[in-house]
Amino acid sequence: MTIPTRPDVSVSVDVAAPVEHVFDVFTRQMPAWWDPDHHLLDDVVDMDVELRPGGTITEVDATGNRCTIARVLVVDRPARFAFTWDVSPRWEVEPDPARCSEVQVAFAALDTGATRVTLEHRHLDRHGDGWEGMRDAVGGDDGWALDVRHLAEVAGVG
Amino acid sequence: MATDIAGFAALADPTRREIFERVAARPSSVGELAAGLPVSRPAVSQHLRVLKDARLVADEAVGTRRVYRADPEGLAMLREYLELFWRRSLDTFAAVAEETFHDHPDAT
Repeated sequence: MTIPTRPDVSVSVDVAAPVEHVFDVFTRQMPAWWDPDHHLLDDVVDMDVELRPGGTITEVDATGNRCTIARVLVVDRPARFAFTWDVSPRWEVEPDPARCSEVQVAFAALDTGATRVTLEHRHLDRHGDGWEGMRDAVGGDDGWALDVRHLAEVAGVG
Repeated sequence: MATDIAGFAALADPTRREIFERVAARPSSVGELAAGLPVSRPAVSQHLRVLKDARLVADEAVGTRRVYRADPEGLAMLREYLELFWRRSLDTFAAVAEETFHDHPDAT
């Protein structure tokens, strides 16, 4: 057993576009790239991002219902964007800020003119009983269970 | 990369997923798991070893038995899940950002 516990997620991707454009797409066109299977509301038509510290990221559905899933921490165009992750392991809104994690996104211009986006999802341990929630959900017939299967397929070919 | 997705790669096997879900629902021994599944005890042991390496399950001695349960540290699963969520989203993001730049290179 040698795999260490690494609670933080770090994912990066290189984008063949200038850093300002990449930053703007990330912050202003979230509905275009956010995994559509992972909204809290059904039929999300918009993600309203208030681009200032203290602002929120809010899902909006076709009938106008709103669901805030994050609080904006840092807006430093085009280098950094950070927000809280107010979503529990059950994929529900987490009302207790002490039980929310953080997402830090760095945008770096490369010599090639491309942009490297590095996203770190930190402090997952703050979600506390993450496993308890996931265990119940994994055992269910919808939601996580289906997603686990789908993601397992992705992992299998990835 | 292989270790990054170890948890979900482990769950890609249907039998292993079934074993994982049973262990997550109730701590069990190899014998108990084998009794409820159409696979041999050695096969169950093999699957449990993979799940243990992926930090999805942990084992402990209870009397003379070895009982498997969901990893009590609990974070491995959440971490794996969010990592794959972000990877999928960022892959789409890169495609969208490149597409919009090529369509409107002067937009920024």
